[in-house]
Amino acid sequence: MYKYYKKYVPYLFLLPAAVILVLFFFIPFFETIILSFFDYNSNIYHPAFVSLDNYITLLKSPVFYKVLLNTFIYLIAAVPFLVVFPLIIAILINQKIRGITLYKILIYLPVIVSIVVAAIAFKWLYAQQGILNYVMDLFHIPPVGWLTDPNAALYSVILVTVWKGIGYYMMIYLSALMGVPKDLYEACDVDGANPITKHLTVTLPHLMPTIGLVTMISSISAMKVFVEIYVMTKGGPLDSSKTIVYYIYERAFENLDLGIASAASVILLVIVLVMSILNFTLFENKQYQL
Amino acid sequence: MKNFKSISRGFFIHASLITVSLLSIFPFIWLMSTAMKGPDENIFQYPPVFFPEQPTWANFKGVWHQIPFMLYFLNSMVVAGFTVVLNLILSALAAYPLARMEFAGKKTVFYATLATIMIPFQAIMLPVYLIVLKLNMVDSVNSVMGYLGLILPFAVNAFGIFLMRQAFLAIPKEMEEAAFVDGCSVFQIWWKVLLPMVKPTLAVLAIFTFIGSWGEFLWPSIVLTQKALYTLPVGVNDLQGMFSANWRFIAAGSIIATIPILVFFIAMQRYFISGENDGAVKG
Repeated sequence: MYKYYKKYVPYLFLLPAAVILVLFFFIPFFETIILSFFDYNSNIYHPAFVSLDNYITLLKSPVFYKVLLNTFIYLIAAVPFLVVFPLIIAILINQKIRGITLYKILIYLPVIVSIVVAAIAFKWLYAQQGILNYVMDLFHIPPVGWLTDPNAALYSVILVTVWKGIGYYMMIYLSALMGVPKDLYEACDVDGANPITKHLTVTLPHLMPTIGLVTMISSISAMKVFVEIYVMTKGGPLDSSKTIVYYIYERAFENLDLGIASAASVILLVIVLVMSILNFTLFENKQYQL
Repeated sequence: MKNFKSISRGFFIHASLITVSLLSIFPFIWLMSTAMKGPDENIFQYPPVFFPEQPTWANFKGVWHQIPFMLYFLNSMVVAGFTVVLNLILSALAAYPLARMEFAGKKTVFYATLATIMIPFQAIMLPVYLIVLKLNMVDSVNSVMGYLGLILPFAVNAFGIFLMRQAFLAIPKEMEEAAFVDGCSVFQIWWKVLLPMVKPTLAVLAIFTFIGSWGEFLWPSIVLTQKALYTLPVGVNDLQGMFSANWRFIAAGSIIATIPILVFFIAMQRYFISGENDGAVKG
């Protein structure tokens, strides 16, 4: 094919996006790394170069360990539910039954609604004299301080993340289920396999790439969780529900401790980078091939 | 026997899906129930009362008079609207050479764009904030600058660029050649030939960008200093501080703030739930 454009034309098309990406992605990326080597704590107007001191401070800080542990628990607790529940629901919904559209709308609703509203709604369910504790009472379980007990708060927040994510991952599974060859199911029916065997032998192998994708997406978003915590617990009580993004936010915008916040950001960057690279190498998407 | 089996199976499926559906909407229903309870009802009553005994709209009216919802709504519209328009234009512009042209540095541009997918905004938000401050794009300067600070950092992203690139790749090259022979400039080819052919992808990108921008909370809560530019999520969070113990008002305000996106969702539902959005999976 002959060229129908001048040499500089491609760059003109790229320019506007490049300006935004450089200004708001690449420069901040490198600035985060640079800031992490400076101390802003003593004098915010004259930061001093301290090489790795911020990282050492973080690694010596029990709160930061708590934060890392909480982030890890978030990941371990939320991801399995977000991988398995939506899959089961997608399989149930992917049948010739009545009311599919209504089911899909209702189950997808939490995804659409603002996470702030969702967090407020759950805060109300979780109230000391709230409806959830009433349900507990019906089963003769003493009331739980869902958001006030340091042993419960983190899990209460995780539940909101899971609840809000189910519809989203269900839709990903549903579009993958459309790609499973129908004749394989028919072969199963001819063989008289029961529904569970059918899904274990046909659906599951076909969905492995999607299951991997959902695992990766939900893991990375678990690392980035913030709003639920901000609205419901502010990381408390006793840092029990504080995860890494909330910690960065608090250090940067409440304590103006830019160096420490940046060092924690670099740690977050490294974790997410490793996860993303795993994602790309394991579940390479044709969209991202040149 | 066969018939009995299929009936019981259908029953099991519907029972499960009804349970999941109810769990999905129950928090909102309970919020609605609380918002409609009258002043003489005890909202902490044991056992909880589901249907308000003296149903009333008074809480909605009350919170409406104290919170400038229309202002927050308009702010959200401005921010989400411009974010969508910029994302469509910038993604489609950048995607064209990446899909169709040969130029020096193409690989570098491609992989640099790909790399941004791996950078979570939460990890770089502090320098982004410092840059926005340096550029004076904050609401303490004036509201136009405030809007710019809310919009520009999200004006384009790698997902949009790759989504549009995929769409362009699917168009036969002959279309462009024919247009060129007819005397179209390269910009005209992009605007008059290619863009009309990727309208469905543009629609998907628009809808998902809109939802993302509409729900964004972290960034506006960092940059905004004045209530005049609050978007709906920031305004809703603010309800908690304003009516600390008045759950009737907090609930009513949350419901009011949810109506616009609910209407949008119902109107656009086929884009969300019919499986047409295969390419729009975002991380």
